[in-house]
Amino acid sequence: MARALLFDSTLCIGCRECERACSEGKHLPYDEKIAQEEKTSAHKLTAVRTYGERFSRKLCMHCLDPACASVCPVAALQKTAAGPVVYLPERCMGCRYCMVSCVFGVPTYEWHSRLPYVRKCDLCADRAPKKEPTRCAEACPTGATTFGDREELIAEAKKRIAEKPDGYYPGIYGIEEAGGTSVLILSAVPFDQIGYPVNVEKVALPQYTWAALKHVPDVVVMGTVLLGGIHWLTHRKEEVARKEGRP
Amino acid sequence: MMELARKYFWRALFVVIMAVGAYATFLRFWGGLGASTNLSDQFPWGIWIGFDVLCGVGLAAGGFTLAATVHIFNIRSYRPVVRPAILTAFLGYLLVVVALMYDLGHPYRIWHPIIMWNPRSVMFEVGWCVTLYTTVLFLEFLPVVLEKLKWRTALKVMKAVTLPIIIAGVILSTLHQSSLGSLFLIMPNRLHPLWWTPLLPVLFFLSAVATGLAMTIFESWHSSKAFGRQLEYGLVCRMTRVLAVLTAVYLTMRFLDLSHRGALASLNQPGIERWMFGLEIVLMAVPMLMFFREKTRQHPLAVYLGVVMWLLGFVTNRMNVSVTGLERSAGVHYFPKWSEIAVTLAIIAAGFAIFRLAAHYLPVFEEEHEEEKALPAGPGRVPTLEEVRVQGD
Repeated sequence: MARALLFDSTLCIGCRECERACSEGKHLPYDEKIAQEEKTSAHKLTAVRTYGERFSRKLCMHCLDPACASVCPVAALQKTAAGPVVYLPERCMGCRYCMVSCVFGVPTYEWHSRLPYVRKCDLCADRAPKKEPTRCAEACPTGATTFGDREELIAEAKKRIAEKPDGYYPGIYGIEEAGGTSVLILSAVPFDQIGYPVNVEKVALPQYTWAALKHVPDVVVMGTVLLGGIHWLTHRKEEVARKEGRP
Repeated sequence: MMELARKYFWRALFVVIMAVGAYATFLRFWGGLGASTNLSDQFPWGIWIGFDVLCGVGLAAGGFTLAATVHIFNIRSYRPVVRPAILTAFLGYLLVVVALMYDLGHPYRIWHPIIMWNPRSVMFEVGWCVTLYTTVLFLEFLPVVLEKLKWRTALKVMKAVTLPIIIAGVILSTLHQSSLGSLFLIMPNRLHPLWWTPLLPVLFFLSAVATGLAMTIFESWHSSKAFGRQLEYGLVCRMTRVLAVLTAVYLTMRFLDLSHRGALASLNQPGIERWMFGLEIVLMAVPMLMFFREKTRQHPLAVYLGVVMWLLGFVTNRMNVSVTGLERSAGVHYFPKWSEIAVTLAIIAAGFAIFRLAAHYLPVFEEEHEEEKALPAGPGRVPTLEEVRVQGD
């Protein structure tokens, strides 16, 4: 089973219990003031955002082929078989390329620390071995955030849309976005109206990089032959001169 | 009297820049990136990456372009400028590493990519290439030091391995100069269409090669002033012609790509992007047109101004890719904090100072006496138009 979340924003009442459970579980401070911050940061790994009478959650989408993991020069971010995209702080050198590359703007940084680390939701990877749900799903009183297997959650989402076509925007955010994500979202209105970027590529982002990077070995081999060949051609005069014993 | 005042003005300026830089350094390493930069979760890369690294590596491209010109293509007339170009490149790369130490959250882990691999990462590849190429540059510059020390055996050994070292240098440079462009391939919908293109690596490589030449001309001018050397004016003229052609190829490719992707339509959108794009293009196109005219090429000051303009165009391009083109999608405006600028200035000033010291104590301009008969200009002055005409190009 691959860990995944379904966030049905039509059921969210904005109580922020997910935020509280997340911060407590991750040993981060949480109070009224932090609850008011409607954005993720190094001390707030998931945030409930208000759009009029609607609410939406921001958290790591846990892409199936994440840009952050592909760009990290030291493999400090990795997509695990269990689903979560995890961060290994002892590897991180702090280049912040993961932050630049994330199409959802998820990784945040401890800007005011002398030796800062990247912070982001890890889908409660510490609970993965026991197959326990994430803290946010466990804390959600309305069932807006549910935990389960990605395929099963997609089926569940489709069922909800089919049963109540008037209540849902026809589409599941996360099936195609960035090549697919482990966090799936349902909404009553188009997704950009509740804070999710909709100009996201529908393919896995690392393939854009790979299109260039895959040529590296060929450039090395071809370059050596080409440069060696040119050198041989252009230095013939000297070679002939040497053979004939001229200086 | 004027001469003395000028000398002390530059020294005083250097001391001031270094002092402010030292305070900014303290802020950076004591207070962290939050206290010393205007970076944020929305805008995690600033001028330490956009200018110090992207431009720094590009401006140091003269090392490999001239090494290839002279040692691979065997165009001997370029010999006089190879050593200064390699010295610039070597210093440039060392300073890029210094700048990176400011930007990295954990600078003491800069060696991590050597043992912690991720071959899918462009940054991993750039890290390896820059490490290896800095070593190559050290080896390319080593003969200059060995000559000074008169270690003949070591010199002979170095001479025997020159070719593989040069070839390795050219390939490593080709790879990472282009890969600095590939860094931005991962953000097709967020980097503005005026700058995001699958051709980023090719465009970065081409403009780096041209910058290598532009920097070499820039250096020739300055070292001829600073050390009372003769300006290899015939050579400078030839280089400006090549620079003009390279720029023409680069700009043609740039506009073909823009029109094929339909990106030129975004010039109709209001905003800072189209003006910055225009600035970048004008700063490269104007010097190109200048260099195509024989009249300009015969006028050293015009050549110098053209080259400065070209280099500013190059810097504008790199800043546009790394800052301007990302602001709209990030939804924030980024302008560097004073301490970011102070560190950058201190690094540039250190580069100038070290180059001067090295050029003063080491036989950096040695080749010139054997290979090139420079035109008979007096020490420290620009040749007159008459002299230039005699030399021709």
